[in-house]
Amino acid sequence: MTNSANSDAMNVDSLYQEIILDHYKHPHGAGLRDGGDAEVHHVNPTCGDEITLRVHLDGDVVRDVSYDAEGCSISQASASVMNELVVGHSVADGFATLDAFQALMQGKGQVEPDEDVLEDGIAFAGVAQFPARVKCALLSWMAFKDAATQATGAQAAGKDAS
Amino acid sequence: MSATYDVARVREDFPILQRRLAGDLPLVYLDSANTSQKPRQVVDAIDAHYLAHNANVARAMHQLGAEASEAFELGRTKVAGFIGASRREEVVFTKNASEAINLVARVLGDAGAVGPGDEIVISQMEHHSNIVPWQLLAERTGATLRWFGITPEGRLDLEDDPITERTKIVAVTWVSNMLGTINPVAEVVARAKAVGAYTLIDASQAVPQIPVDVAALGADFVAFTGHKMVGPTGIGVLHGRYDLLASLPPFLGGGEMIETVTMERSTFAPPPARFEAGTPPIAQSVGLGAAVDYLTALGMENVAAHEQAITAYALERLVEIDGLTVVGPKEAVDRGGAISFTLDGVHPHDVAQLLDSKGVAVRAGHHCAKPAHAHFGVQSTTRASFYLYTTEAEIDALVDSIWHTKKYFGA
Ligand SMILES: Cc1ncc(COP(=O)(O)O)c(C=O)c1O
Repeated sequence: MTNSANSDAMNVDSLYQEIILDHYKHPHGAGLRDGGDAEVHHVNPTCGDEITLRVHLDGDVVRDVSYDAEGCSISQASASVMNELVVGHSVADGFATLDAFQALMQGKGQVEPDEDVLEDGIAFAGVAQFPARVKCALLSWMAFKDAATQATGAQAAGKDAS
Repeated sequence: MSATYDVARVREDFPILQRRLAGDLPLVYLDSANTSQKPRQVVDAIDAHYLAHNANVARAMHQLGAEASEAFELGRTKVAGFIGASRREEVVFTKNASEAINLVARVLGDAGAVGPGDEIVISQMEHHSNIVPWQLLAERTGATLRWFGITPEGRLDLEDDPITERTKIVAVTWVSNMLGTINPVAEVVARAKAVGAYTLIDASQAVPQIPVDVAALGADFVAFTGHKMVGPTGIGVLHGRYDLLASLPPFLGGGEMIETVTMERSTFAPPPARFEAGTPPIAQSVGLGAAVDYLTALGMENVAAHEQAITAYALERLVEIDGLTVVGPKEAVDRGGAISFTLDGVHPHDVAQLLDSKGVAVRAGHHCAKPAHAHFGVQSTTRASFYLYTTEAEIDALVDSIWHTKKYFGA
């Protein structure tokens, strides 16, 4: 690695984009709301960041994702962006967005984000260069994946039974 | 600070402290409670061992084998001398402090030392390494886990004493890796002995920074880890009273821990070999021996005095910062060189990230002490920890970067 790449990688401004700090200070959809089709609790064992998250479905559409998160700016902002990106879309679309976000996070800075898909999520491109923070950015998304999978599973089971 | 203690001179022994980080910033290493840096003397000793004396120990009947065995055992002798053990055979090498504590929990359980209705006493300020092995032992045996609480100041709460006639084991840390508190372990050992309980002291943060005399302490077991005391990773120490060790069953089975083996059964070697199955950490013993020599040459009294002075200076500077709360004793009295703190409006990860961007290396998270964090109602903290090479200028750099962090996050 060249020196300039190295200092680039360590540039915190590329991590703490304005958009991320905005989401951190004014998170979208924060708080747990009543109801919901599945609730999960995820932790990041290395640092203790936690999230309790509920997925509220309407057929196969994600009507709401409510959550109570405790963690750093990256994990909080990521939960906010996740909420924005998946609410109002189908579960399948939500999972596709998740895949795109995960690819960006795990791409070591080599993946070019698609703004049409990720919208404000592209601001997290810089996180990929801070391996210790990737888990922070993925925490809420993994919780969403888990809860949405459980919720759709429960729905399917409910249909089978009826 | 001690007139005989020259930090600048000490720092010359640690080449890594000259490192420049991204942006050509000098490294300010304030994460020594996590692992300490290593002086050239330790690295050179390991180097020389591998390059000139390497062989397996005990089983090799050749000259190199004899040299390696002698070097390995010399490490044990040095460690024994350093902690005031009455016999070198009381020093058992493990891979780290965690394994040393697990060893004790396992063999005491196998020896039937605890059962249903019995109690194991720990404290709320333990590292997970001195919590989980006891939870597992309690689960295996039907014993109950009890603990000392923490006072609002961050000290061990000795008033509300969980030690009773039912207590069979008491395991407490000497120095908290999160709060920095130095506990009155002699008092705890005395109380445990009064009810006939076994005692284990987790000295992982104590041996590196204060003079330790295990014979004077009188605990049954003392555990610590090489990498926090300028030694290498991969080696830990369990000190046990010899007669007690000799009465306990083995931990892991394998080579070197036996007396004789038939297909039906085995008999076991006396301590310490009984507890050291397989090829031991040979070069690590050499390195730890060199670490102990290094610390001895500096003088543990001087190391402790430096640690105390630098901690006092850091506490004084940190409390100047509004919005910063030290979690743990705020005075440098009975206190080691680890300071955990919160900063209003900025999460510890973000603090650590911003400090790192200024070259200041600290730890953020729960520091393997989740119950202690929960007690103070915080999920995580930022921890700056100091050691024998830490300077006041580094504390100043820490304080400056915390101000920068506050500004960055508008806190
Ligand atoms: C108080 C205390 N006990 C135990 C340990 C465990 O040490 P190790 O990880 O080397 O086993 C540590 C350090 O992490 C510690 O600070």
